[in-house]
Amino acid sequence: MTSVSSSSEFQHQHHFKSADHQYASSKQGIWIFLCTEILMFGGLFVGYLIYHSLYPTVFKNGSETLDWKMGAVNTVVLLISSFTMAAAINYVQRGLHKVAAIMLALTIACAGAFMVIKYFEYSHKFHVGTVPGKFSLVDPACSAGGKRAECESKISALLKNPAELEKNHVNAEEVSRLKAVISQPKWEMFYGFYFVMTGLHGVHVVAGAFLIFWVFIKTLRRKVGPEYYTPVEGVGLFWHVVDLVWIYLFPLLYLVG
Amino acid sequence: MSSAHTKTEHGHSTDHNYLNHGSGIWSWMTTLDHKRIGLMYFATVSTLFLIGGFFALGIRLHLAKFGATPLLEPDTYNKFMTFHGAIMVFMVIIPGIPAFLGNFILPIQLGAKDVAFPRLNLGSYYIFIAGAAIAASSMIFNQVDTGWTFYTPYSTAKTSNGVILLVLGAFTMGFSSILTGLNFIVTTHKLRAPGMTMDRIPLMIWALYSTSIIQILATPILAITLLLIGAEKTLGVGIFDPDLGGDPVLFQHFFWFYSHPAVYIMILPAMGVISELITAFSKKTIFGYRAIAYSSVAIAAVSFLVWGHHMFVSGQSTLAGIIFSIITMFVGVPTAIKLFNWISTMYRGTVTFEAPMLFALGFMFLFTIGGLTGVFLASTGMDVHFHDTYFVVAHFHYVMVGGTLMALMGGIFYWFPKMFGRMTSDLGGRISWVLIFTGFNVTFFPQFILGAMGMPRRYFDYLPEYTNLNQISTVGSWLIGLGFVVALITMIHGILKGEKAPDNPWGAKTLEWQTSSPPPHENFINTPTVTAGPYDFR
Repeated sequence: MTSVSSSSEFQHQHHFKSADHQYASSKQGIWIFLCTEILMFGGLFVGYLIYHSLYPTVFKNGSETLDWKMGAVNTVVLLISSFTMAAAINYVQRGLHKVAAIMLALTIACAGAFMVIKYFEYSHKFHVGTVPGKFSLVDPACSAGGKRAECESKISALLKNPAELEKNHVNAEEVSRLKAVISQPKWEMFYGFYFVMTGLHGVHVVAGAFLIFWVFIKTLRRKVGPEYYTPVEGVGLFWHVVDLVWIYLFPLLYLVG
Repeated sequence: MSSAHTKTEHGHSTDHNYLNHGSGIWSWMTTLDHKRIGLMYFATVSTLFLIGGFFALGIRLHLAKFGATPLLEPDTYNKFMTFHGAIMVFMVIIPGIPAFLGNFILPIQLGAKDVAFPRLNLGSYYIFIAGAAIAASSMIFNQVDTGWTFYTPYSTAKTSNGVILLVLGAFTMGFSSILTGLNFIVTTHKLRAPGMTMDRIPLMIWALYSTSIIQILATPILAITLLLIGAEKTLGVGIFDPDLGGDPVLFQHFFWFYSHPAVYIMILPAMGVISELITAFSKKTIFGYRAIAYSSVAIAAVSFLVWGHHMFVSGQSTLAGIIFSIITMFVGVPTAIKLFNWISTMYRGTVTFEAPMLFALGFMFLFTIGGLTGVFLASTGMDVHFHDTYFVVAHFHYVMVGGTLMALMGGIFYWFPKMFGRMTSDLGGRISWVLIFTGFNVTFFPQFILGAMGMPRRYFDYLPEYTNLNQISTVGSWLIGLGFVVALITMIHGILKGEKAPDNPWGAKTLEWQTSSPPPHENFINTPTVTAGPYDFR
């Protein structure tokens, strides 16, 4: 008992007075870092609000072409992953390493599921042509020299081609929404924001998954436990912020319009 | 016996210090010691400064028009200008005092053994190196010529992809800045020595703390702005492209929302250094400690509200211009408070004029000129005339070089004995100061006149009537270059052959002077207990 206890005792770093002192410092550091993450997304939200107020119809039309069902599924997936992450932290604190590892693995699986669903969403948009900038044109080189107004969009070409509509599972409802989109000038702006915002969030999901894998390895090797769980808790907080950002992105892009 | 014991212990601590704690290159490359990391930043920033200085001399030599044919081709001139600006702003002045002096000094002045997160500190250094390398490679291989501000559509409409790499480099260095700021905030909150209450914290640390707050709050906006440039270049998302409904001026809002607070990332630590130098060489308690400390925080706060004054002629509304003009004036108040308090500290003090003090006095003179001409530029009516002329160039060089670089040089000469355990030649320091101070005024004061006469900035060429003043300016740049060469020689000589430094060569009062020169690995043999303010000369 004594031997086990002493071997698992956590040694705080030399410049701190105690383990508690180190823990409190680490906690403060993590929260400050998360503030910077929120601020980075905050800049994007400011840009979104500016352009939304400039082009309200463009943003409403664009929003209606998004698949809110897939977005909702992803929301549920992330909420489940937040639960499994919180459970993992709790199990590490209680020294139940195997269960904690299972919870961490489930969290990574949720991240993977989120990205798979996003892959299908993005693929559909690439096929239909609801993408930003020059890539929304049949001929991307067409818009050079300020002649964009004369160029044909992929959406327009698609709507003339019943076979392509069938192939990409575009139903009548989606057709009417796509017509509404291209009836407005500057319609690509919405998709610029959609891809930048969800893309940046996706990068954070992937980064979060790698961090969770890192603490997963630490858990298996019993480098963390009741005496020292700062890495798991820190990564958990990061994951909760990633989840929180999506909870703002989903209604903003998919629902409000 | 007691005396003998003390002497023995002192001798031991002098013999064993952070410089010989671990030997070989690898022990430096993997060090977790904030003092060594500070020196690594010093070596890196100094090298980058020399490179940036080379481009500056090239620009000035070109603009002197000594020959019949232009020295540089237009594209080459644009690249020199971009390289000089990007290197000096992102790689020298922003990290110069916080990362180098801040890393070395902050934990010792707090009575701490290290920063809160030593591994993160080393990580910050390598992230900085990676960012600088990425930016440098884009400048070398992709020939970026947008200027350091990356304005759209210039940065996004051209076919060159160098902008993406340079932007990625700036993004990476920004991340390093965030992590350093985070480290300093937690260290200041959590690792102060017993007895060091908030009103006993050295003013250098108040300045670094305020700077860290700006780094944490402003740099993420830079990050998203740079990311949006990358997205614009690669995906054509249209956020800054009027063809797609975007607005190029929005980029300027985003960019200056970071980059004007970034000016204070540059200048606040400099002000912190000046507080240390003025008190040490006046042998007098700082006048208005709380006013100086809180004015640092006030400057940090107001710095977020004034970005629009870079954009008076961008098409911004008249009302916005008026608001930004008025708020910009407010930054002058806490700045003036500092200057008043420094002068009051010197009054009836025992003032001596070693090299560090000369740099501090030079700072006060030059920075005041920069500040007052900033008031001109904060007036919308005058700014319409001065915008994008050499008046602006002179203004920000007085602030950033006359201010920050003077303080950095003073700080180096001041803390050099503590860093290396040896003294520099004070004569060498004074000579370099005379050359830099004189050369600086000869270089940049004519540019105020040129700007008022209407000479545009960033141009490869100019009208004949500007020739004489440009040539005078170029001669000044040679004096500056010579001054820095003298400083470099003085420092190298100090490291190699300098006289052994006592623990407290200046008779100063902050904690770093209570430990050995150079300090041991954990900074103090025994953690000090603080019983008085940091400048208690009474």
